[in-house]
Parts: sequence; structure tokens; C-alpha cells
Amino acid sequence: MASKGIRDRVAIVGMGCTRFDEHWDKSTDDLLVDATEETLTSAGVAKEDVDAYWLGTMASGMSGMVLAKPLKLGTKPVSRLENLCATASEAFRNACYAVAAGAYDLVMAIGVEKLKDSGYSGLVLADAPGDGTIGELSAPALFSLLAPAYGNKYGVDQAKLKEVFTRIAWKNHHNGALNPRAQYRKEVPKEVIANSPIVAGALGIFDCSGVSDGAAAALIVRAEDAPRYTDKPLYVKALSFIAGAGRGAIDPDYDYTTFPEVVLSAEGAYEQAGITDPRAELAMAEVHDCFTPTELILMEDLRFAARGTAWQEVLAGTFDLDGALPVNPDGGLKSFGHPVGASGLRMLFECWLQLRGEAPPERQIKTEKTLGLTHNLGGVPGECVSFVSIVGSRPSA
Amino acid sequence: MNGILGYATYLPYYRLQRSAISAALGGPPGKGTRAVASYDEDSTSMAVGAGRRVLASLPGDLAAVYFATSTPAYLDKTNATAVHAALGLPPPVGAFDMGGAVRSAVGALGAGLASTRTSLVLAADIRTGLPGGEDERDGGDGASALVVGPGSAEHPVIAEHIGGGSATGEFLERWRVPGEAFSRRWEDRFGVHALLPHVGRAVTAALVGAGVMPDAIDHLIITGTHPRAVAAFARMSHARPEVLVDGLASSVGNTGAAHPGLLLASALDRAEPGAVIALVVLADGADVLVFRATDTLPGRRQSPTVAEQVAAGRDDLAYPTFLTWRGMLARQGPRRPAPTQPAAPPSLRSEAWKFGFVGSRCRDCGTRHLPPQRVCLKCGAVDHMDAERLADVPGTIATFTVDRLAYSPSPPTVLAVVDFDGGGRYRCELTDVDPTAIAIGDRVEMTFRRLYEADGVHNYFWKARPLADSAPAPSAGQGQGA
Repeated sequence: MASKGIRDRVAIVGMGCTRFDEHWDKSTDDLLVDATEETLTSAGVAKEDVDAYWLGTMASGMSGMVLAKPLKLGTKPVSRLENLCATASEAFRNACYAVAAGAYDLVMAIGVEKLKDSGYSGLVLADAPGDGTIGELSAPALFSLLAPAYGNKYGVDQAKLKEVFTRIAWKNHHNGALNPRAQYRKEVPKEVIANSPIVAGALGIFDCSGVSDGAAAALIVRAEDAPRYTDKPLYVKALSFIAGAGRGAIDPDYDYTTFPEVVLSAEGAYEQAGITDPRAELAMAEVHDCFTPTELILMEDLRFAARGTAWQEVLAGTFDLDGALPVNPDGGLKSFGHPVGASGLRMLFECWLQLRGEAPPERQIKTEKTLGLTHNLGGVPGECVSFVSIVGSRPSA
Repeated sequence: MNGILGYATYLPYYRLQRSAISAALGGPPGKGTRAVASYDEDSTSMAVGAGRRVLASLPGDLAAVYFATSTPAYLDKTNATAVHAALGLPPPVGAFDMGGAVRSAVGALGAGLASTRTSLVLAADIRTGLPGGEDERDGGDGASALVVGPGSAEHPVIAEHIGGGSATGEFLERWRVPGEAFSRRWEDRFGVHALLPHVGRAVTAALVGAGVMPDAIDHLIITGTHPRAVAAFARMSHARPEVLVDGLASSVGNTGAAHPGLLLASALDRAEPGAVIALVVLADGADVLVFRATDTLPGRRQSPTVAEQVAAGRDDLAYPTFLTWRGMLARQGPRRPAPTQPAAPPSLRSEAWKFGFVGSRCRDCGTRHLPPQRVCLKCGAVDHMDAERLADVPGTIATFTVDRLAYSPSPPTVLAVVDFDGGGRYRCELTDVDPTAIAIGDRVEMTFRRLYEADGVHNYFWKARPLADSAPAPSAGQGQGA
């Protein structure tokens, strides 16, 4: 059965996030120190007050010492987690459970990634020795498989779909331009996006998220302890995670117009949080827009739009900053950047700002709603892990 | 009497217009085309292509596989073992390389014909030379496969081996130092002088042995390493034009070790029962094999025929692409890491999958799995699987993309999700395909390829390609199918 959930049992009382950028002048250690300092300061605590740490990084180091060494911790447990692009969310989830279990009073989840030192274009993963039968394929290519399949299923021609993808990238760049912590801080005209050099399938360079370096962190306590740290805690309503069995890659029943792992993890989260109509109940959502077709599909998988209609909703502006349900108000992976092991906590950081009314005025969402969703995906269509969280600024009635 | 039980040929998809060479490098305008192995093919993969075709209609109860090539993918290590694995042959079937020289191929065929057991004789070559040279222009790439042996009621001899002769000499006509990408040749006229006396001796011995007069030959194949000597002997033979088998110089080029088998196949595509076929090969001497077609030949001709395979190719390959594929032109690729070499232990563990495209089918619910799984995708049964080879099962494209970022020896990489007839899905590369002309629903078949070479290891695996049926039909008058 799905997780019973820990609704309202733990709360976020402090957060920090570096700018995501090509940090040529900052090391992994620097990013970790920057993110932890900001986070500790936001809650008015010292690193000695933190009982345990969960560090997420996909490829910027191994073991808890990656955090313990630069911070000079030495006497604290540090768990190091990896779950592809959902790595930071996984650190957050495990940290929340440790507090809910009563093992610790105050813990930190932190995610970091240093991608730009590799010297390659895009993301590069080191694979275990193999038999050579796994193709050397790029992430944009595997996500671009969604486009012909979606168009074919719903009768949307590829030119119209390209317009939809362009609209998603344009929207996220628009939001990111308003965000001083984003990697790309300028609007990009739709003509530039639509005519950018093709990387794979229908996807141009502007349909891909930014490869960057960065770190983000959160401090978590039991909900009843939260007022000791802040008068505006964020309550954790739901944590839902699925590791896919890779069925889609080998099962002809999978049609490449959905992420079944996302549907499952989202439904689990909605059940934990008591949400029945996410589109109406959520104030905002941060979703895993690694490539523009991904965001399109997610709008349907997360039930923000009915099957086969998200492309129309995108064109209608439903998910714009001033739309019915703002999606990626901070610019998303597209514009904020995607240092893999940090992104899940960056999404929560935007919820932290928006739901506490602390986003810069030019992008503060004006709403009475109190719930935010983060969706974080790792892998590719057909074989992925998916994480969904719901956080809120008020405890449930 | 021993003879040929089956035959097949493999010609790669691409043709290079010889005029493209002269357009780039100058010189007199070239005529016709030559066959070109794609960047993901080598002598081993093309031998698999021919071997699969011949074994499709013959049993696998072979004693041995002999593989001749002058362009082996590996030295020290046997290349025929990769062919053996890709053909799904059982361990008791031997697999041996007849390596190095063009002459190895006709030698392997002669040895197979002399054996009391059934042999698969494969030959494949990639023939080229330095840019602008004769070997580059007149060479060709391809493979041939012949199953030879005593035959049986079920698999009768389609062409009896009725005689043969050899003459061997030691002289420098054509040679290549190991590691070099091109052959060296002595002065053209010397080769005629050195070769022709051997041809006369070998032909005489063969015809006497076979008990046939020269004018009883219905199909005379003359081929070899030296075009001028081949032409000279063709003139000396006084054979009527309709008896001389076209050497495919204008369409395929000389495929080296594969060429005797290729031309023999071309003759078998057309020979009537009772017809006498003489194969004369000029290489470091001369070798002659004489066959007589039997009544069973017409029902057992290969399909597609050589002529159909010649016509099915795509003839607009750009010369710079050709040079790149042959390693003559180093090109800037995407800023991506080169692939790592396949590791030996995982490659051994997955031998049936990697080389044979063998998946598994659930005994409980029938679900097919690619690659083979231990736990059923649908019903969850554990270790209730039967191995199932899917190399010869066609499929349909479910979705696809063109990857311009991934490493490839010849970008872009074309990727498709393939759903196989009767169940099973696999996501794999497409090859021999126009990246702008792919659609959901297109039909594909599997083909054994060399994906890339990394740190001295050739990474063999399977790709999909558009199903031959959906390729352009051969032009009128060229098809010779039974």
C-alpha cells in the first residue's frame, strides 16, 4: 500500500539556496558552505544544534564526508543519498522521516551538484562496466520520444506541439528573469526559442534545462517545535516516492504519453494531503521541467489538466505566473538551472518563499491558497523515479 | 557427390558514385558506383548478414563455420566466433577464421567442399585504398555465404562440385603489411605476367578433372585481385559474352574475399538445372572450382537475388562521409564523452542477448522480454522463462527521435522504440535509414552491427533498420528471382 504519510507532523523552519549558475569560481565545498550558512541563519541556529544531516548528490562526491569535511562537523551522522535527478527530494524525504520517527529534533537536508567541471555538453553519467548493449543516448533524445507519441495519440501536429514546447520554455524564462537566484535571468523571445539549434527530435537547445552548479538546504523539526524557530513554518503535508521498474522501456503497453511513476506518486501525495482537486487547491507547483515535453506531460500526470488537453492549457496561459495554477514560478529547471542533486530542494525553496509571502513582489503569487507541490523526476520516459511533495503554510484544521 | 546446399549474399545499403570521388579530387570522371559498408559494419557484421540469410532456409546442423576475410576485425582472437554467436549456433559447431589474404576465401570453399561434413563458408570484406586511388574506386564491400557438404534428402545439393584445380606461386603482386589501411601493388603489367600461367594450369586441371570441355561451360566467373589479369584471361578464354558472369564492377566493385562467393551466387541466381558453372579466382596463383546445377536449384535460389540487392541500395553517399567512415577523415564530434569499452565478464554473461538477440518468454503468461528477464513483467513469475531468439522477428516503430548530442561514430544517432510482432519491446538505434523519413508505424527488422570501437574492443550489438519489403523495389529487368 501507499505510504500512510506524516501529514503535519514535521515542518520546515529554515531554508537556503545558492544561485544556480556556472560557478567556475566555486567548488562543491564552497556551494555546501554557502547553502548551509544561509539555511542556519534563516532559522537562527548553529551547525552544532543540528542533530543529523542528509546529503543528496548524484555525482559530486561519495559518502557523508562530502558534507562533514567542508563544514568540519565530525560528530554528527551524515547520510549520503542518490536517486538520479530526484536526489535532493530523497534527502529531504528521509530527513523528514527521521524527525517524524522521533530519532532527532533538528535535522538538515541538503543537496548539491557541481556539473560544470566535467567539460562536456549536457549531463554525463558514469555507468558501471557493462556489455555494451545500453545505447549511448542523450537525455534530451530520450525525453523527445514523448513528442511524436503525444502528437500521434491526440492528433496534435508536430508544428503545433513545437509551439506548445516553445510556450513552456518562454514562460519559464519569463519567470526566471524575475528571479535573482536563477541561472538564466532574461526573457527569451519565442522566435529565438523556436529557432534554436536542434539537439534531439523536436527539441532545440532552449527546450533543455540549464546545466549548472548549485546547492539548497532545509532545516526540519517536529511541527510542535516549529514556533521556536519561525512564526511562518512550512508544514509537510505529503511525501510520495516511486522507483519505477523500467516497464515502459520493455512493455508495448506503455505509449510514451505519460509517466506512470508520476501518476502513482502524485496520487499517493494527494491522498496523504487530503487533496481531491489539485488544480483548484494548489497555490503553485514546482515541477520537473527537464525538457519542455516533460512539463507538458506532467500537467496531465499531476491532474492539472485532463488527458490530451494540456497542450491547449499551456497555450491558454493556465500555468503562467498569473494563470489559474502557476507552474515553476521561480523559472524551473529550464531557467533556474538543474544541478541534479540540488534541484528537489530548490523547488521546496520556492514554496518556502511563495507560501510565506517572501518572494520578490514582481513574482509573488497573489492567492489565498496555502498549498504548494513539488515534483521531482529522475530517469527517462519508461524508466524513472518520481517524487511528489505537498507543503503548506497552515496546519490542517 | 558433395556440393552447394545453399547460398546467400549481403550487400550494404550504401553506394558511392565514383563521380563523387573525381568531383572532389579531380581526375577523369568516374563511372558507376561501388558498394560501401556503413560506419557500423565490418567484415564480421556483414558475414553475419549473409550467414543469417543462408541459414534462414537451411538447418543449423553444421560441423563448422569458416570465415575468410582480408580485413579481420581482430587478430589473435577468432572473428568467426562472433558470427557463430550472432547466428545462434550451438557450441559443438566449430568456428574458424581463414584469415588475411583474399585467396583464403576460395581456399575455405574448396576445403569445405572436400569435407565429408556440412560447412558454412563465409567471406566478407571491406575494400578500399588511399583517396583517389584505384583500390578506393574499384573496391567494394559485401559478404557471401555458402553452405557446402554432402547434402541430404531434406537439404539436397543444388550445385554439384564436379571438379577443381589450383596453381600456386610466390610473387609480389598485391600485399599489405598488418596494421596498414591500404594495399600495395607492384607494376600493373607484372601481375599479368605472374598470374596468367597459373590460371592456365589450374583451369586445365579443373576441366580435365570435371570431364567437361571449355565450351560446355554455361557460366564462367573470372575474378581476382588483379583486374588487368582478370580481363586478359577473359579475352583468352574466348568465352561468349553471355557465358561470362558480370563481375559487378560497375555497381558493387571488387569485394575481395567475398567476391568469388558473390559472383557464384549471381550465377546460381540464374543457372538452369544441368548448367555448368566455373569459378576462376586469380590470387597468388589461381584456383578453379567447377559445379553443375541440379534440378533442385530453381526452388532454392536466394531471395533477394544479387541483382535485387544491387538495386536496393541507396546511391547518394557523400564522398566526405565515405572518407569519414573509412577512417580517412577525422571529424569534430559533439562535446560528449566517447563510450567506454564493453567489459568482458558482462559480455560473456549476456552472450545470447548481446550477440544472438535472445530474449525470454514467460512460461506462465507468454510475455516476451527484451533483454531477457528473470521476473516476468506482467505476472511476476520468477525464473519461469524460456529463451527466445528475436533476431528474425520484425517489429513496428512506436515512437522515435534523432539524437544530435549523443556520441556516435557518424552522428546523428537515430533512436526508435520497437514493438516486435508477437510481443516484446526494445528501444534501439535505427541504421540504414533516412532520419527525415521515419514515422510511427514504420516496419523494421533487426541487423547485427558494430556499434563502435572503444579502447580496442569492437562493440557488437543489434540495431533495427527499415524492413526490406518497404525498401524501394528493384527496377524492371534487374530482378532475377525464382
